[in-house]
Amino acid sequence: MTIKPIETVGLAVIRFIEEFGRVTFLLLATLGWMLRPPIRLREIFKQMEFVGVNSLLVVILTGASTGAVLALQTYHGFRLFSAESLVGSIVALSMTRELGPVLTSLMVAGRAGSAMAAELGTMRVTEQIDALYTMATNPIKYLVVPRIIAGVLVLPVLTIIADFVGIIGGYVVGVGLLNINSGIYVAKMIELVELDDIFNGLVKAACFGLILSLVGCYKGFYTTGGAQGVGKATTQAVVIASISILISDYFLTAAMF
Amino acid sequence: MARRKSSPIIDLVNVHKSFKGQKVLDGLNLWIKAGEITVIIGQSGGGKSVLLKHMIGLIKPDQGKVLVEGVDICCLNDRQLDNVRKKFGMLFQSAALFDSMTVGQNVAFPLREHTRMKEHEIQEIVEHKLRQVGLKDISHKMPSELSGGMQKRVGLARAVALDPKIVLFDEPTTGLDPITADAIDRLIVNTQQHTNATCVVISHDIESTFKIAHTVAMLYRGKIVQIGKAEAVKGSSDPALQQFIQGKAEGPIQLV
Repeated sequence: MTIKPIETVGLAVIRFIEEFGRVTFLLLATLGWMLRPPIRLREIFKQMEFVGVNSLLVVILTGASTGAVLALQTYHGFRLFSAESLVGSIVALSMTRELGPVLTSLMVAGRAGSAMAAELGTMRVTEQIDALYTMATNPIKYLVVPRIIAGVLVLPVLTIIADFVGIIGGYVVGVGLLNINSGIYVAKMIELVELDDIFNGLVKAACFGLILSLVGCYKGFYTTGGAQGVGKATTQAVVIASISILISDYFLTAAMF
Repeated sequence: MARRKSSPIIDLVNVHKSFKGQKVLDGLNLWIKAGEITVIIGQSGGGKSVLLKHMIGLIKPDQGKVLVEGVDICCLNDRQLDNVRKKFGMLFQSAALFDSMTVGQNVAFPLREHTRMKEHEIQEIVEHKLRQVGLKDISHKMPSELSGGMQKRVGLARAVALDPKIVLFDEPTTGLDPITADAIDRLIVNTQQHTNATCVVISHDIESTFKIAHTVAMLYRGKIVQIGKAEAVKGSSDPALQQFIQGKAEGPIQLV
């Protein structure tokens, strides 16, 4: 009776370490294959289109609403001590440093990370991945490398768009609806936002892009158990990617700012 | 079991494989003679697919050797293994066509990956291979638009696109109607005659086995218990083999 809880904890730890090891292995294998020619530009562009272009609308909506709401919320607080003119810089700083990269990545994890897990998972259970091996084409090179490259390259681009749209959304609310003086709003924003804020946010986004594509590919690539297994892999990919993004966000922030 | 003197194209020596503590292959020995059709029969879930996947390095043995033309493929690196795999074509039970590509792109895949042929040459070969398996004007279709039998034929065309020395078939006729199954059997025989390739087929379809096989081997309890010329195996007095050939539930082989 006393052994049981210890056993449960032990098993969970072992499983976590096992899984972490396999993810690390997949990452190293991916890096290894990435360096070997040929570079599959076609596949990379296809994935960039899938991860990037097809996520545009979601990202724009998320950015715009976040910026607008942020302006509205901070305005009411800041008015209490007559600091309305700082609304613009708060919106811009929050968007570029934090909300832009994090929210964009969470949205893309739900959209593209899950799709990667589902697609690779289906290919695994229908033996298409085995078929690639038999045709002397390494599936890590053919399937995983383009997706991870796409994730790392596209997330910063999407984040810039989210940042930009968020700042516009904040401006429309702050200047358009709440009548903050436009000149002061923009001047304060330019004064307080450094280029580093934007740049560090983009570095974060690239890291999150790696996380969500790696987790999606990992869950899909090692799927077992038929259609049910694919469903499980898809759900887990989103959950694990989202949690990993949030946790690593803390550490990245601590390291960079 | 006596080993033949002529060197086999595939040679499995004392292969052991377990999954999660369950023994699937238990000291298996098997040689495959070049230029022949060898059919491996055995119960469902008896490890036939596992055996076939060992031959092309999709599964590595826990113990033992898998020699392809004398090279042990168990200790090769990725690149060396890929070079060995270029000698192979494999038809999967589910055909395993890439469902994101058209039929034509599927058949062209190995050509695009491993040759420097020009686009029109690739198209010619694709059309030729598809015609060989009795299909034409379907290269623009998606695999999901095809019936199971047609998918298998496309899978066969893809497997032989590079004219491999060895073609592996994982239950090629399972789940097909008798007429389509017979057509697939003929395709296997024709392919073998045309290309003089070595074919390894795993099957539990007795009728089709004796239609196509030069050599028949029986897998039972993780070992090859019988191997020989098709006629000799058919006439063998081994009770387990006869039970399998006649399809009886009673006998030395017990259902698990």
